[in-house]
Amino acid sequence: MSDQALSRPADSEALEALPPTPRQVILRRARRHRGLLIGGVILLALAAVALFAPLLAPHDPTAQSLAHRLLPPAWAQGGKAEFLLGTDQNGRDYLSRLIYGTRVSLMVGFGAASIGLIIGVTLGIMAGYFGGLIDHAVSFLLTAQLALPGLLLAMALVFIIGPSVWVVIAIVGVLHWNYYLVVTRAATMRLRSLDFVAASDAMGASAWQTLSHEVLPNLAGQIIVIFTFELGIAILAESSLSFLGVGIQPPTPSWGLMIAEGKQSMFYRPWLVVLPGIALFLLVIGANLFGDGLRDVTSPQGRN
Amino acid sequence: MGSDILLSVRDLDISLDTPSGVLKAVRATSFDLRRGESLGIVGESGSGKSMTAFALMRLLPRIARATSTRLDLAGERLDAIGDAEFFDRIAGQRISMIFQEPMTSLNPVYTVGRQITEASVRSGRLGRVAARRRAVELLERVGLPEPSQTLSKYPHQFSGGQRQRLMIAMALMNEPELIIADEPTTALDVTIQAQIMTLLADLRREFGMAMILISHDLGVIAESVENVMVMYAGEVVEQGPATAVLSAPRHPYTRGLLAAAPGMEGPPHRLGAIAGVVPTLFGDPRLCVFASRCPHAGPICRSERPPQQTAGPRHHYSCVLRPAEIGGLPDARAGEPLPPPPRSEREIFRANRVSREYHRRKGLFGAVQTILAVDSVDLVVKRGETFALVGESGSGKTTLARILTGLDTPTAGEVLLDGRPLADVGRRERAKLIQPIFQDPYGSLNPRRTVAEIIERPLVISGTGGRAERQKAVRETMDLVGLPQRVLHNYPSQMSGGQRQRVAIARALVTRPAALVCDEPTSALDVSVQAQILNLLVDLQQELQLTYFLITHDLAVVHQTASRIAVMRGGRIVETGPAREVLAAPKEEYTRLLLSSVPRLRNPASRAAETGR
Amino acid sequence: MLKYTLQRALLALAVAAVVSFATFLLLNYATDPAYAIAGEDADPAVVEQIRQTYGLDRPIMVRYLDWAGGVLRGDFGDSYYWHKPVAELVADRAPVTVALAVSALLVTIVIAIPLGALAALNPNSVIDRFALMIAVSAQAIPNFWLGLIMIILLGVMLPVFPVSGDDSWRHFVLPAFVLGASSVPAVMRLTRTGLIEVMESDYIRTARSKGFRGLALLRRHALRNAILPVVSVLAVQLGQKFGGSVITETIFAINGLGRLALESILGADIPTVQMLIFVFAMVFVGMNLLADMLNAALDPRIRIG
Repeated sequence: MSDQALSRPADSEALEALPPTPRQVILRRARRHRGLLIGGVILLALAAVALFAPLLAPHDPTAQSLAHRLLPPAWAQGGKAEFLLGTDQNGRDYLSRLIYGTRVSLMVGFGAASIGLIIGVTLGIMAGYFGGLIDHAVSFLLTAQLALPGLLLAMALVFIIGPSVWVVIAIVGVLHWNYYLVVTRAATMRLRSLDFVAASDAMGASAWQTLSHEVLPNLAGQIIVIFTFELGIAILAESSLSFLGVGIQPPTPSWGLMIAEGKQSMFYRPWLVVLPGIALFLLVIGANLFGDGLRDVTSPQGRN
Repeated sequence: MGSDILLSVRDLDISLDTPSGVLKAVRATSFDLRRGESLGIVGESGSGKSMTAFALMRLLPRIARATSTRLDLAGERLDAIGDAEFFDRIAGQRISMIFQEPMTSLNPVYTVGRQITEASVRSGRLGRVAARRRAVELLERVGLPEPSQTLSKYPHQFSGGQRQRLMIAMALMNEPELIIADEPTTALDVTIQAQIMTLLADLRREFGMAMILISHDLGVIAESVENVMVMYAGEVVEQGPATAVLSAPRHPYTRGLLAAAPGMEGPPHRLGAIAGVVPTLFGDPRLCVFASRCPHAGPICRSERPPQQTAGPRHHYSCVLRPAEIGGLPDARAGEPLPPPPRSEREIFRANRVSREYHRRKGLFGAVQTILAVDSVDLVVKRGETFALVGESGSGKTTLARILTGLDTPTAGEVLLDGRPLADVGRRERAKLIQPIFQDPYGSLNPRRTVAEIIERPLVISGTGGRAERQKAVRETMDLVGLPQRVLHNYPSQMSGGQRQRVAIARALVTRPAALVCDEPTSALDVSVQAQILNLLVDLQQELQLTYFLITHDLAVVHQTASRIAVMRGGRIVETGPAREVLAAPKEEYTRLLLSSVPRLRNPASRAAETGR
Repeated sequence: MLKYTLQRALLALAVAAVVSFATFLLLNYATDPAYAIAGEDADPAVVEQIRQTYGLDRPIMVRYLDWAGGVLRGDFGDSYYWHKPVAELVADRAPVTVALAVSALLVTIVIAIPLGALAALNPNSVIDRFALMIAVSAQAIPNFWLGLIMIILLGVMLPVFPVSGDDSWRHFVLPAFVLGASSVPAVMRLTRTGLIEVMESDYIRTARSKGFRGLALLRRHALRNAILPVVSVLAVQLGQKFGGSVITETIFAINGLGRLALESILGADIPTVQMLIFVFAMVFVGMNLLADMLNAALDPRIRIG
C-alpha cells in the first residue's frame, strides 16, 4: 500500500455495513413503541370522529326537543332507539353532542397549543440564541407568567371579555407558553455552544441564516413533542373553564359543559357525567401517549 | 516466584446485551500482576481496556456480564465471593480505583473530609478521629496546601488537578494492595499530568502498591509502567515488559500504533497510518481481529484464530508471524522525512497588542471581576507556514484563535488580515480567506444535515455559482480529503470520528480559503486516526498552498507539523520562534517546564538508566 | 448566602409588582368597573355618578398606585359584590384553603415520591411500568371529573367520606386527594428522572468503588443530590395549589378562597378578583423564594459558590 493511500483510505471502510440514517432509526423505533402506536391510533380515530361528525351523529346536537327531555339510554327502561344514549335536560341527543364535542375539544386544543407555540418558541429562541439582556428580560417574563394563577386569570378574562370559542382559544393559548419557552431556550442555548453553529458564523452566514438552517432543524423534534402535550393541557383547560361556566357556552356541545349540565342529576343518571369524562380522558391520554412515545423515539439514546 | 503474584486473571470475557445481539467487549483476556508491580493497559477506543478495569472492580453497567476461568487476588478466588462481601472487604479496601473525570467524580454536596474518611470509618478500620488524622497526612503527602482546612471544604472549590489529588488521597486511605487508575490524567493539563504521574509513582514505591494504569497515551505508559498489555477490539494482542514491547514491538498493530504516534525526537517524518476503522464484532470471531487492517495479513488470518508467540521473557503476542519473521519486516516507522512548508514573506495575520477583557459579575450584588483572557499579544503569521500556538487550559489560546477568525472582537489592539484591519473586512470576505477546523468531530457537524449539504453550505452562503457548479466543487473537495463519493448522502451519525473530521476539513476547504485556523484538530481522535488526519493536513498544505494556524496543547503534534511556535500562558505570549529552535533550546522557564512535562517514548536504555528501574 | 437571598427577594418583589400591575390593567381595561357595580342595564347617569364616586374616572396609573398604596397599608379595597372589605373576605376564607393546599401537597408527596424512587431504582421493571402508567393516566384525567367520580364512588355509593362542606378533617380527605392527584405525574417523573441521573453519575461510581452499595449507597450518597430538584418543585407546587383550589372547592362545597374567586368572577367583583389573583401570585412568589433558599441550604455550590 503506497504512502499516499495511507492518508486517504478510501475503500477499506466500505467493508463495514452502513449504520442506519437518523430517519430510519426513528421509524424503526416507532414501529416497536406501543405507547406511540396506541396514542396515534386514538388520536386518528378521534380526529376522524371530529371530521365526519355530521355523518356519524344521528341528530343535530343543538336541536332541542322538549317532548323528549331527560330520556335514559336506549337499553334502559323508557329509552328510545332514536336517542341511543338518551337526552339531556333540553331534549338534545346525548350521543350527537358527544360526537360534536370532539370538534370543540380538538379545535380549542390545536388553536391554543399553536398560539402557545408561536409565543413560547419565538421567545425561547431569542432568549437562548442572543442571551444577555434579552435572556434576562425573557426569564423575568417567564417567572411573572408562572406566578399568575392561570385558571383564575383565564376565568376572569373569558368572563369579562365574553365567552366564545375564539376567546377561549386565545386566552388559553396566551396563558400556556411557558413549557415551550423553557425547553426551546435550553435547547437553543445548548445548540448555540456547538461547533457547527460557530462554523456557520465563520462561513459568513447571518444570524437568521444560521438560525433557520442549523438551529431550527434540531429543535423541530422537541417542539412537536411539546405540542402534543400542550394539546392535552389546552383541552383540559377548556373543559375546566366550560365546567365552571366561564368557558364555552350552551348550546355549543363541549364535554366540560356537558359534565356541568349533568352534575345536578348525576346520582340518578351517572352516565351524563361519566361519558364525557371518559371522552376527555381518552383524547388527552391519546395525545400524551403519542407525545411520550415521540419523545422516546426521537431522543438520542432511545427509550428514556 | 508464584507466591508474590497479587492478581491473576485468566480468560476474562465481558459480554454486553445489545438490541442487535450479544457483543463481546472483552475476549479471553489473561494476565498476571506481581506485588508492587505496575501494568499499563493501552489501546484505542473500542479496545476494551476500560471495561477490563471496571470488571475487576465489579463496576460494569447493568447490561454487561463478566466471566473468567480464574480471577484471584493473592490466591483468594474473587469470583467465588458474593457482591456483599466483595464490596465490604475488597472494594475500597484491598483494591482502590481512581477515575478519568475528576470534575464529576466527587459528590458535590458533601465535604471533602467526609468523603475521604467515610470508607475507613464505615468499615471500622479507623475511628473517626484517627481517620481524620490519616486524611490530613495523606492530603499533605499528595501536595495539597492547608490540609486540615481542606477537609471542611467542598469539591467545587478545587481545580481539576487538585481534585485528582483528592481522589488519590482518598484511594490510599485504606492502604490498598492494588490501585487501578483509569485514564487519570487525560482530562488534565500536561504540566499537571506530569506532577500527578510522578506523585503516583512515588506513592506506589512508598506503599508498595501494585498499579494497573489504563491509558491511550503511549508516552504516559512508556514513562510510568514496567509491563504493558496492548488491547485491540477486545483482545490482548501483545503483552510484556514495557521496554521490550515499546522499543521492539512484534504484533503488527503495536508496530502500527507506535509508527502512528508523533514523537518528540528527530526531524519530523510522515506518520505511519493504520488504514480503516476498528471493526464491531459480535460473538466469538474465528479470525484475527486485526486482519482487516493489517498490512501483512494473509488468507489464514481471516479464517483462524492466531496462535500465541513468545518474543522474550514474559513477552507474548498473538500473530501467525513468528518473531524472526517480524524482525524481517521493514521498519514501520521509517516514513519519508517531511519537507518544511514553503514560506513566503507575505503576512496573512498580524496581531498588534491585542487584548480581550471579560467583565463578570456574580449576581446582583457581587463585585465586578475583570478577566484578561488575552493580554497585549503581538504576533505575525506568514503565508504558507504552519504557526502553532501552544498553551494549557486558561492560557487564552482559544480566545485568540476566535479573535483571528473574526468570531470575537478584541477590546484593545488591532488585528490585520492580509494587511487590512480585520474590523474593515466584511463577513463574507473574511470567510473567503480564513476557515476554522474544530476539535470535536461530533459537535462540528449538524446531525440533521447530510454530508453533501454540509460541504456545500459555504458555497451557498457565499453565493458562488449555480447548483451544478457547487455540486462539482463538493465532489472535487471530497476527493481531495479522501472521502469516498458514496458517503455523499450520509448523515454524521453514520460515520466514524476520522471521517467526520474529513468532512469538516472538506467544508472548510470548499471555498479554497488561504488559511485554516485549527483548534485542537486531532485531540479527540484515536492515535491511528490522528496520524491519518495529520498526514492529510500536510498533503493539503502542499497541494493548496495553505497557511495553518494551529492551536494545540500537544507538543508532539507541534513537533510534527509546525514551522513556527508561540507559547502562551495567562493571556500573554511567553516565547516565539522557529519550531526547531524553540523545541530544541527553549529560552523561557515555562517553555522548558512544558517540554519536560511531555511524556515520551524514549530510548528504553537511557530511560532505565535515568529511573534506575 | 445573604447576598443570594437578598437578590432573590428583590426579584420576587419585582415579579409581584409586574404581576399586580398587569392584572390591574387587564381587569380594568377588559371591562368597565362602573357597569360592574351598577349592573349591566343601569341608567347611564347612574353609572356616571358611580364612576365619579369611586374615582373610576382617574387615569389608570393613578388608580393602580392608589390600589398598591392601599395594599401596603393593608387596605385591599371594598368588594362591589358583598359590600365588605376584601381583606375581611380573604382572611375569613384563607385558613380553609391553606389547610386544603397543605393536605393536597402531603397526598402528592406520599404517592409520587416513593413511586418515583422505586421506579428509578428498578428501571424497566413491573413497578417502573406501573408508575409510568399511573403518571400518564393521572395526567389525562380532568381534575373536576375526578372529583365528581370520587363523590359518586366514595361519597355516595360507599359513603366513607363526606362530600360537602368543611367542618371536620374528614371533609378534607377527598378534596385533598383530588387536588393532590393532579401534581402526582409531574413530581413522580421528576423524582424518577432525577434519581436515575444521580445513580448513573460519576460520583456514585466513586462511592461504589469505595465499597458502598444498596441502601447505604442510596441513603448516604444519592438521596441528598436527588432531592434537590424535587424540593424546589414541591415548594412551587404548593404555591400553585392555591390557584388550583377553585375547582376542588367548588365541587366539594368548601368555603375557601377558590370558591370565593369563582363567585367574585361571576359577580364581576373586580376588587376581590384583583386581590385574589394578587394573593395567589404572592403565595407562589413566596414559595419560589422558599424553594430558592432551601436549594441554597442543601447545595453548597450555591451557598459558597
